[in-house]
Amino acid sequence: MVLASPTARTSPATDEEQAVETVDQHDSPWVTIVWDDPVNLMSYVTYVFQKLFGYSETHATHLMMQVHTEGKAVVSAGSRESMEVDVTKLHAAGLWATLQQDR
Amino acid sequence: MRKWKRVDTAAGVRLRAALEPHEVQLLSNLVGSLCEMLDERESSSPRDELTEITGMKVGHSQAPDDDTMRRLLPDFHRDEQADESLNGALRSLHEPVIIDAKRQAAQRLLDTLPRGGGKFELTEEDGHAWAGAVNDVRLALGTMLDVGPDGPEQLSDDDPMSGHLEVYHWLTYLQEYLVLSLMDA
Repeated sequence: MVLASPTARTSPATDEEQAVETVDQHDSPWVTIVWDDPVNLMSYVTYVFQKLFGYSETHATHLMMQVHTEGKAVVSAGSRESMEVDVTKLHAAGLWATLQQDR
Repeated sequence: MRKWKRVDTAAGVRLRAALEPHEVQLLSNLVGSLCEMLDERESSSPRDELTEITGMKVGHSQAPDDDTMRRLLPDFHRDEQADESLNGALRSLHEPVIIDAKRQAAQRLLDTLPRGGGKFELTEEDGHAWAGAVNDVRLALGTMLDVGPDGPEQLSDDDPMSGHLEVYHWLTYLQEYLVLSLMDA
């Protein structure tokens, strides 16, 4: 679900929403970023990447190490809609994640 | 607490462990408090007629005031040119889903705790719920203890927070071995 403004949240497809989708198509894609956190365990972060995204243990471990050493890592990319889904799942699992447009 | 053991049974993977009665009580209290905090956050969210009609929950558009809840329910967007309207819109749309997921995991842990202590076993899905719920409790305690990049600070025995720190370490141990047995496919 693409959300254009707080007022559009309860109404299906408004002009505003379509406008946002058009902009998205011409701009760069969105990414989900996971930030380093002093509480989350390295094993748990790796497990969450495997479980939520279906990544191999090698890839999940690589991303976890990137978060750990560089402070953050891009864990997925795509439409804003799908990044909202990914951030929601990561927050539900307790990871510190944000979405942003890839510039 | 006995270390988790992963076993393959005819009915599928089972994760076995054992807890002392006081450990069951502790987990029950901590996870119960987590549920209360989530309920409180949800019940204070805005209500409107459309919500009543459509059944679609609308969450808060503002981040929680206290540090603990803010860590459990962080912002969706983080930018130097912070777009607060985007954050508010994303939060009001998705926060109810996140609260539900956390509460379901917490409830599943409460439902599968061995009452009175002793041996017990979990399915993989139960184990997943346990890992998430224990993580949320660790996030809450870690925020209260102000855990930094080098881990929690050492506290003297007479420090009022030393009990919390001991619980934090115990939960870390419980979660670490649970996750390792979940990953040991």
